[in-house]
Amino acid sequence: MKARKPSASTQKIIKPGQPIIRVKDLQVGFGTKIILDHLDLEVMAGEVLGFVGGSGTGKSVLTRTILGLITQRSGTIEVFGQKIDGLDIQQRRLVERRWGVLFQQGALFSGLTVRQNIQVPMREYLSLSQPLMDELAMLKIELVGLRPDAADKFPSELSGGMIKRAALARALSLDPEIVFLDEPTSGLDPIGAAEFDELIRTLQKTLGLTVFMVTHDLDSLYSICDRIAALADKKVIAVGPVAELLKSEHPWLKSYFHGERARRLVVGAV
Amino acid sequence: MMAPEFETARNGPSFQFTLKGSWTIGASKVIETQAKQLLEEAVGAKQVAFDLSGLERLDTAGAWLIDRAGADLKSHGVTIDYQGVTPEHQILLKEAHFRTFDEPVARPTSAIVDLLVDVGSTMVMVGKDIYKGVDFLGQIVSSLGGMVLHPKRLRMTSIVYHIENFGLRALPIIALINFLVGCIVAQQGLFQLKRFGAATFTVDLIGILVLRELAVLLTSIMIAGRSGSAITAEIGSMKMREEIDALRVMGLDPVQVLIMPRLIALLIALPLLTFLADLSAIFGGLVVAWAYGNISPEIFLTRLKDAIAINTFLVGLIKAPVMALVIGMISSMEGFAVEGSAESLGQHVTTSVVKSIFMVILVDGIFAMFFAYVNY
Repeated sequence: MKARKPSASTQKIIKPGQPIIRVKDLQVGFGTKIILDHLDLEVMAGEVLGFVGGSGTGKSVLTRTILGLITQRSGTIEVFGQKIDGLDIQQRRLVERRWGVLFQQGALFSGLTVRQNIQVPMREYLSLSQPLMDELAMLKIELVGLRPDAADKFPSELSGGMIKRAALARALSLDPEIVFLDEPTSGLDPIGAAEFDELIRTLQKTLGLTVFMVTHDLDSLYSICDRIAALADKKVIAVGPVAELLKSEHPWLKSYFHGERARRLVVGAV
Repeated sequence: MMAPEFETARNGPSFQFTLKGSWTIGASKVIETQAKQLLEEAVGAKQVAFDLSGLERLDTAGAWLIDRAGADLKSHGVTIDYQGVTPEHQILLKEAHFRTFDEPVARPTSAIVDLLVDVGSTMVMVGKDIYKGVDFLGQIVSSLGGMVLHPKRLRMTSIVYHIENFGLRALPIIALINFLVGCIVAQQGLFQLKRFGAATFTVDLIGILVLRELAVLLTSIMIAGRSGSAITAEIGSMKMREEIDALRVMGLDPVQVLIMPRLIALLIALPLLTFLADLSAIFGGLVVAWAYGNISPEIFLTRLKDAIAINTFLVGLIKAPVMALVIGMISSMEGFAVEGSAESLGQHVTTSVVKSIFMVILVDGIFAMFFAYVNY
């Protein structure tokens, strides 16, 4: 069989260690207010990048801009080596198929069961037989550590932790290469949060994912992030492994990593 | 990216499948058909080796299909062997190895049992609703009593605000629909009664029908839809965000703080609106009677004076506060019944409007029988 899709052949595979997302000179604002100004950021393939910043500094804005939910004033965003804004609708859909997003509240469709939620992207983009879709959905449910009987439950019947897991299963539905996580551990108890961190790490290794994670959770930063990017003053002020950021002299980073809450963890980590 | 393919090499009973291209979910139907074709070609094999060294990409879907094919062959007594497996493939094959998932068992049901269960649970719910309604009415009456004894508990600012919302802002639409209905009744009256040579009785028809029934009914239905839904939505969203609980822990009674001002506002606004509705419906009738039936305003008003008495007007007006109570009670009860989710809010707003309108019509029917009985 030689059914080769012409569009599929243009998809570039990014090797681990190469930049998979490249944000250059980005400016985003609403009205007269500028949220991000001349921001640069590179995310490497195969890494877990933790993205931190104070409340209201624009972490979500950057994520949403990369995802195309907000349009930038200027600057470029490259994902998979392609400039996102230069793409036509079809090429854009191809890019969107290669990433998955876990929204903060899960954003599961409330009228559908967990299984149907996971199958939404498959149904939209692919033509698979129903039995295979069911099998793959169940596989994803098991991968994220949910019990099989969660498959036919509606989001309203799930606990907070289960919603996050189900939403992660939906994000992984098309075996994406990049996963965006918006505060994945918020609203979970410390044990649940640690388990979820562990799950992300395992899945990232198993599936070779690139993870872009917006978080406030210092535990997550220490335990699973390869690199951390910090947002302050409308820019990314520092990128690097935890150890490197700990040495930073920037006032915000200093208070972030050396504040009362962080100190215990640092002592534990070193 | 290459499409998923495989090559078959046969050596007696041992087959080797060399997999090539990207066995990923992105290939959609193709991987599924490839896996199926592979199984067909493997017929008659005793030993099968999968060579994965030529794979460009593999993901969970691809690993699942390959391992499923392997498991299928295994169940037919074929020995399976994987070759050229990279560590990444190994992890994927391990994580996405073929297994069966037990389907949750569906409870056997019969249509008759389901129907009986539905009827039963509905009846229980109706019973509970009535019980809760009486309970709520009691709370309201005791709150009202408390307010009479301690007039300081009356929240004037809140009451005035709600009168503006429920009354003043509803004014244009209520006047308009009643005007239109007055026009329609007049037009139909003229048209139908003309055949009996009784066209002038149209004025009696309009006067009695509008004052006794239509104005108050239309106004109540409109308010049930407009303000009843707003009350349910407001109280429901406060319930959703634990604001009601916050009031309680501060020692404030939600019925007193939230319900009473709205209820009192409705009790004041609805009779006023009904009065206005009376006027605009009669005016609508007058306009049509004049333009369409050649009944001049002077004659219209003279006939109207003969046709109606003060009690005709009062029958309609007496009903208005009762309707206000019905709407206010149902919509606040539904608001309190909202649970955590937004769907629940939507559901209760719908129920609130449906129940209010139904009860308004039912109460109107009871009133009609009552007034006929007491000959008022």
